[in-house]
Amino acid sequence: MSQADKMKQGQFSNPETPGYVGFANLPNQVHRKSVKKGFEFTLMVVGESGLGKSTLINSLFLTDLYPERIIPGAAEKIERTVQIEASTVEIEERGVKLRLTVVDTPGYGDAINSQDCFSTIISYIDDQFERYLHDESGLNRRHIVDNRVHCCFYFISPLGHGLKPLDVQFMKAIHNKVNVVPVIAKADTLTLRERERLKRRVLDEIDEHGIKIYHLPDAESDEDEDFKEQTRILKASIPFAVVGSNQQIEAKGKKVRGRLYPWGVVEVENPEHNDFLKLRIMLITHMQDLQEVTQDLHYENFRSERLKRGGRLSSHGYGPEPEEMDKDIILQEKEAELRRMQEMIAKMQAQMQKQGDGEGDGPHVGKV
Amino acid sequence: VAGPALLLKIDLRSFEVEDVDTSSHLSPGSRRTTSSPHRNAMSPTSIYYRDLGTATAAATNNNNLNYTQPRSIMGGGGSKTPEPVSRRSELSIDISSSSSKQVDNVTSPASARFAANSAVKRPEVLGHSKTPEISHKREVTFAKMPTDSPVIRRIEGNNNNNGTSRTPEQNHARKFEAPRSEVSLSHSNMSESTKPHHPNPQGKGEKTHGSDFSYVGIDAILEQMRRKAMKQGFELNIMVVGQSGLGKSTLMNTLFKSKVSRKSVQPNPEERIPKTIEIKSISHDIEEKGVRMKLTVIDTPGFGDQINNENCWQPIMKFINDQYEAYLQEEININRKKRIPDSRVHCCIYFIPPTGHCLRPLDVEFMRRLSKVVNIVPVIAKADTLTLEERDYFKQTIREELRANGIDVYPQKEFDEDADDRMINDKIREMIPFAVVGSDQEYQVNGKKILGRKTKWGTIEVENIAHCEFAYLRDLLIRTHMQNIKDITGSIHYETYRVRRLNESNGHFSSHASDNPADQPKANGQPEGQPSALQANGVAAQHEALSHEM
Repeated sequence: MSQADKMKQGQFSNPETPGYVGFANLPNQVHRKSVKKGFEFTLMVVGESGLGKSTLINSLFLTDLYPERIIPGAAEKIERTVQIEASTVEIEERGVKLRLTVVDTPGYGDAINSQDCFSTIISYIDDQFERYLHDESGLNRRHIVDNRVHCCFYFISPLGHGLKPLDVQFMKAIHNKVNVVPVIAKADTLTLRERERLKRRVLDEIDEHGIKIYHLPDAESDEDEDFKEQTRILKASIPFAVVGSNQQIEAKGKKVRGRLYPWGVVEVENPEHNDFLKLRIMLITHMQDLQEVTQDLHYENFRSERLKRGGRLSSHGYGPEPEEMDKDIILQEKEAELRRMQEMIAKMQAQMQKQGDGEGDGPHVGKV
Repeated sequence: VAGPALLLKIDLRSFEVEDVDTSSHLSPGSRRTTSSPHRNAMSPTSIYYRDLGTATAAATNNNNLNYTQPRSIMGGGGSKTPEPVSRRSELSIDISSSSSKQVDNVTSPASARFAANSAVKRPEVLGHSKTPEISHKREVTFAKMPTDSPVIRRIEGNNNNNGTSRTPEQNHARKFEAPRSEVSLSHSNMSESTKPHHPNPQGKGEKTHGSDFSYVGIDAILEQMRRKAMKQGFELNIMVVGQSGLGKSTLMNTLFKSKVSRKSVQPNPEERIPKTIEIKSISHDIEEKGVRMKLTVIDTPGFGDQINNENCWQPIMKFINDQYEAYLQEEININRKKRIPDSRVHCCIYFIPPTGHCLRPLDVEFMRRLSKVVNIVPVIAKADTLTLEERDYFKQTIREELRANGIDVYPQKEFDEDADDRMINDKIREMIPFAVVGSDQEYQVNGKKILGRKTKWGTIEVENIAHCEFAYLRDLLIRTHMQNIKDITGSIHYETYRVRRLNESNGHFSSHASDNPADQPKANGQPEGQPSALQANGVAAQHEALSHEM
């Protein structure tokens, strides 16, 4: 190795070597700050009743998100429409705080006529985007709460031979708005062969209908082999066939989480039995990526659509403007608004100056 | 007017027709209004005979004998020993002037059937009857039924249900084993109640060899009936309804241990969800131990699979009504066939997805409407998804919902004929819906071949009652209640349709069956004898022929 190379190496590794700037510490700083700040993640679960969504969420995060849950009977279900229930829980692990919001959609697919059971869900997703957009374009951007849906677990019934018409329609309606992760629920219904067949069938149908599900990013070339291998395995197992349970069963002398049947015990965390571990790993290691894709892809899509369409971001209406306006008109309007805002800010500043000169008080909130 | 499936019924009716003028003819419509007519529905001749018995001793020997015999048989039933004795003494059949007090009230069709069944099925048993002399005067006192012989008979009869004489390797660990033995006998051939020859003489022959002089040999008729039934064969039409992927075809294959489902017959099994509901009917002739059965499985692919499932039950309702209509048209023909081909849906198995929570609105709607036109047997499909606690909870919830919505699934409470029936059926009602698992693949477990599903964590055995309740379903459908199911279809559901239809054509001159039998519960409010008075001035002379006949 030449002297120069050694120097270069030394520059980054050894703080003692001359030429060490120290911005190698940046990741640490970011890390510390994020740990202090905590992470936010919103997960939506969609699927028919009885597919084990709540159990799976509880199993994934080892919490009980639904302590007082009443499951309505069939008669009540007839009148019900799809509802959105968001429950937030703060989980902490080794000093890292995670603010997890799980958005549940009870009533999905229950009614005899499920024609518009997902319009509620789609408007919810859009609302979150709209709110974020509004906050982002507002004056005070310090504490923007990110309630956008970062990931949607779509539960596929293991009983059918593939995707149902409702599944296809729903996924096509939301695949441009949110990251869709298809999950095969209650996988202990299937033998291994049936499971493989179903997975292949689901993937084929997803291709056939042009549904864009969330794709795991390939491992970077500088990651270690284990991680690459893991990513490969994860990618090959989509859609994940999972079993959820929070019950501890005694099996082979040790306590495992699983389901006890007369013919055997299904272990939740046994990779031979189901893909629960893989799902959990995927979610945890790619949480950041999911947030990024939501921000860079889905949100941007929404934003451009919205701005193209809607013109004014009024505070009283989160809904999009109905008319299609000419781009030029919109631009002009935007410019006019910006000018107006600038004028208002200038006025405020002038006022503050005056007051500051006069009384020395802190800045007052202006007439905005 | 008799159904083709049970030749016995034909003969039965012929008896009835002879004497129907003398006794009160209870129309099918009225059967449902009071409890006693119910029993009539099941074994019309029984009521008839009872009238005869109480009214006059001049009834034909044959009738009375038929009447009495079954009862006595039943009397000896194990758990029923104390009761039947008293019952037997109630009704006196005056075969001879000295009324044999022990004759039981024939309105326990269970007993009648019991006897009938056992007699029909066991030639050996009948063999006894052949030995004693026929020179037997009317002094037949089918008096004290020795308790042993009925027991023997019962056990023997247990083996033979509905002509499907399987070897008695039944799993005795089953819950309703004891009552089932009686049930099996009683339910197999309901209409055989009066006809069937009572093994009583045999019993007597067995026990009291000395009194062979009193043996007539009427029980030989059972053998004749049996032979005829074997020649003719049986028909069974089962409809399976449920979402795609619930294992309907597999369950059918498992039930009949042969490839009878739509999927096995289709040359190219393409598992696409059809855009609309189709009704596919596939018939097979299966045979076991010389007994032939024409089994028709009616599949309904596309049910409940669409996004908008409103009115998805309409094509199914229409199909069922069409079958009734076809049968009715055959019946009221002037020149009609000796054996009307019975395409009526006897039983509809409804598959409930194993969500573990409760019924879905679609399930409730479907069952509510169709329980009024066809016998519905709900089952929990793919039950290996549920642990035992989840299964129990789910069943409980389902039963409550069925009750709350007034859905009467098979076995319906209102068609229980007597305490025995009720007891047996109550046990069944506590267990429905059966949690089933189907499989047509064999595996070796502990050295024996079993049907099952093999997974990484264990093998699910289909016929193991500790694993799932498939065995109970099979017993219900095939071994014990098959005849009862067909009878209820024929005498209740079909009659409802018929009455409504004839009234319509009578009153409205319309020739189209309406699509909403759901609005017409069974209580038609028809006074007895009305059907016979129907002047079919609306439709065709066919109806007139019918009214004449009835």
